[in-house]
Amino acid sequence: MFHIFKKAAQTRLVTIGYPQEPARIPGHFRGAPRFEFSGWRDARPAADACPTGAIAIEKSAERRRVTIDYGLCIYCGQCAEADRSGAVKITRDFELAVRERGDLITIAEYLLEPDGMQKTLASLHKGLPSENDLLEPLEHKVQERIHKILGRSLAIREVDAGSCNGCEIEIGALNNPVYDLERLGIHFVASPRHADMLLVTGPVTRNMELALAKTYRATPEPKLVVAVGACGISGGIFGRNYATVGGVDTVVPVDVFIPGCPPRPHALLHGILLALGRMEQRVTKGHSASSEPFR
Amino acid sequence: MTLPSLLSALQFDEVRQRCGIVFVEWRVANDAEIHAEVAIDDVRPMVAALIEYGCRLAAVFAEDRSNADSGFLIYYVFESLRDQRFLLVRTSIPLNSPAFPSVAAEVPAVNWQEREIQDWFGLVAEGHPNPRRVALHDNWPEIHPLRKDFPIDTVLPPFEGEQHVYRPTLGEGVFQIPVGPVHAGIIEPGHFNFAVAGEPILYLQLRMFYTHKGIEKRFEQLPINRAVYLAESISGDSSFSHGTAFCQAIERAAGVEIPTRAKRMRTVLLELERLYNHVGDIGAIATDVGFGVANAHASRLRELILSVNEELSGSRLLRGVVCPGGVRHDWEPQQVEYCAEALGRFEWEFADLMQIIDGSDSTRDRLERTGFLDPQKARDLGIVGVAGRASGIDRDLRRDHPYAAYDEVPFEVPVYQEGDVLRRMRVRVDETLLSLWIIREMLTKLIPGPHCVAIPPLPPDCVAIGAVEGWRGEILHWIRTGSHGRLERCKIKDPSLNNWPALVEAVQGNIVPDFPVINKSFNLSYSGTDR
Repeated sequence: MFHIFKKAAQTRLVTIGYPQEPARIPGHFRGAPRFEFSGWRDARPAADACPTGAIAIEKSAERRRVTIDYGLCIYCGQCAEADRSGAVKITRDFELAVRERGDLITIAEYLLEPDGMQKTLASLHKGLPSENDLLEPLEHKVQERIHKILGRSLAIREVDAGSCNGCEIEIGALNNPVYDLERLGIHFVASPRHADMLLVTGPVTRNMELALAKTYRATPEPKLVVAVGACGISGGIFGRNYATVGGVDTVVPVDVFIPGCPPRPHALLHGILLALGRMEQRVTKGHSASSEPFR
Repeated sequence: MTLPSLLSALQFDEVRQRCGIVFVEWRVANDAEIHAEVAIDDVRPMVAALIEYGCRLAAVFAEDRSNADSGFLIYYVFESLRDQRFLLVRTSIPLNSPAFPSVAAEVPAVNWQEREIQDWFGLVAEGHPNPRRVALHDNWPEIHPLRKDFPIDTVLPPFEGEQHVYRPTLGEGVFQIPVGPVHAGIIEPGHFNFAVAGEPILYLQLRMFYTHKGIEKRFEQLPINRAVYLAESISGDSSFSHGTAFCQAIERAAGVEIPTRAKRMRTVLLELERLYNHVGDIGAIATDVGFGVANAHASRLRELILSVNEELSGSRLLRGVVCPGGVRHDWEPQQVEYCAEALGRFEWEFADLMQIIDGSDSTRDRLERTGFLDPQKARDLGIVGVAGRASGIDRDLRRDHPYAAYDEVPFEVPVYQEGDVLRRMRVRVDETLLSLWIIREMLTKLIPGPHCVAIPPLPPDCVAIGAVEGWRGEILHWIRTGSHGRLERCKIKDPSLNNWPALVEAVQGNIVPDFPVINKSFNLSYSGTDR
């Protein structure tokens, strides 16, 4: 007993101040890549290097269409290494959670030189229009109502619908003294019947499809669903195949998407609080809007 | 067994001469592998003879070679304490009778692996004592996804019928507790069906493969440099070990020796992975017996290691670091310094943590003799890694088949005979201290030099094995290269696949409330098993 008290006194407070205080992120953390679209001369090396197809190119006669999808990205940094022009930079951005899947996607169209290099940026679409845009005013009202009911105290049921366990490691870390989710009035519960939010990781496998749908049905209204990680958003590196159906939103409606592979605990906090209306979305239409690139 | 006595014992070549089995082929492929072939009728006597001579059947897997007009091949991977090499014996299956002789009755360790071959390739394991499906659930249609003529993007119709038929639970006062696949904690999915009589567990039936995502098939789609990332996603807590095993197989296939600095850097990272998992597990075991304050400190220490991971690699789980040929980025002196300093702090804090845990008699009372895995059963089931070493199995790939820079740090493998939760925790404690020593040795030896070499494009049909002692146990990757820089086949064997049957044995006779702590003491990977 003496050792326990001695250790507690010695240790003092270890809990971080985020989100009230800015996050302290180590210098070598690999966050979101940032693209200098206007000066980008050649997207092919980066697209070739991308393990998941988060950077995809389509070529037509004299045009090249480059699609960047943060929802597929596993933040490996290969694109920045492959692209020697400096148009792709790795940043330390981690607050990447969004409410609309389309907000994670940017499409750039280029006119090409005869040698295949990109001449000029013809158009840039940040974010994809979604059918929900029409419903926006109504949805806002519903959201506000949900935030009022759930905003102060939230019970989360975590569902692993087929992940590699990487996301679970980081979600589990939210319970440790460093991130201590309970200080924000949020805690994990054992049953979906006690939950206000499902935190779901993917890719959703064929064998977990039914279990996920049943878990969703067992959760009382109003409820929120947050899809975690590249696989939970899009199927990630596994993609869709005979054994998986892809992202969580193919099975249940999703309120917030948290990119990452896995998302670091700060990013998870941001996404959960975003779903509650207690934090703001930082990625606006396909472009992350926070700190400066560091390399 | 210590290193000198290993060297004086029998090697595979001597076993071959004495065992009286006719091998169609016997070829030393490289310094880590012997490739051999036997006729299909000789498989059973061959396996029996090699086991008689103290070899261990580490893996059984199949390959569809119909594209090369060779039908199917079955591979038997043997490991011996007496030989640093792996012996891979293959046999071809005649096209007109798609079946192979099962050895599961004699070697229970390959029970699931043979059934996987049945499910994935549609080859019959003749004489298998329990030939039911394992890797595909009962409600799946009759498909064989790893056959070459099965397209990976096939969309299967909605499933109907029972997922799995469990052995009935019968008897007065005997009832069943079904749990999962969605569990109460933040863990992976699987189904446990307990048959209990009051509190004690009579038996446990497992249903795994809920997270099966077609990884082995997916490996055949990706170019090799991208496939590394898939390897890192086989089991989230073993990203670096799986990535390294995969890269080792590629390097061996290419005949490339990685630079000394890369070897040492990999060793550091492999041990960091062991550290954060071991200290996390020690805390989790404490939690499961209601000792929350110990877990609070343990998870704090785990965070410390994760911050070192991030400082050295950019990723808390060590993703995106390893690459074929070495490691992707070199370390600057400040990074190494940060690591050394953090580990110095970790060491004394870990001593404090263990003082807290060891000072609690009630904790010891809950852990001792709980979840006993009999050493004989452990040997029969081919249990590997931490769970094996707690039940008397003196094996560790780092010592027995050194890779990376482990040949520079000979060490004593911690082994216990008692096989309970306490000893599985003790193995982790001993290995944590060992890891700290290994990392410190590596950091002092980290002389400047290249951190990566280029791997030449691989021609088709290069085969090689990569083996890593992950924190959980033996990880094997076997590859065959294909055309256009892709793989023809990648076989993955995670230690969890060996060890689930051990959990079934260990829980018998224990009370239901002790299941969480017994399960945690094994801490097996569902994703690594299911792939």
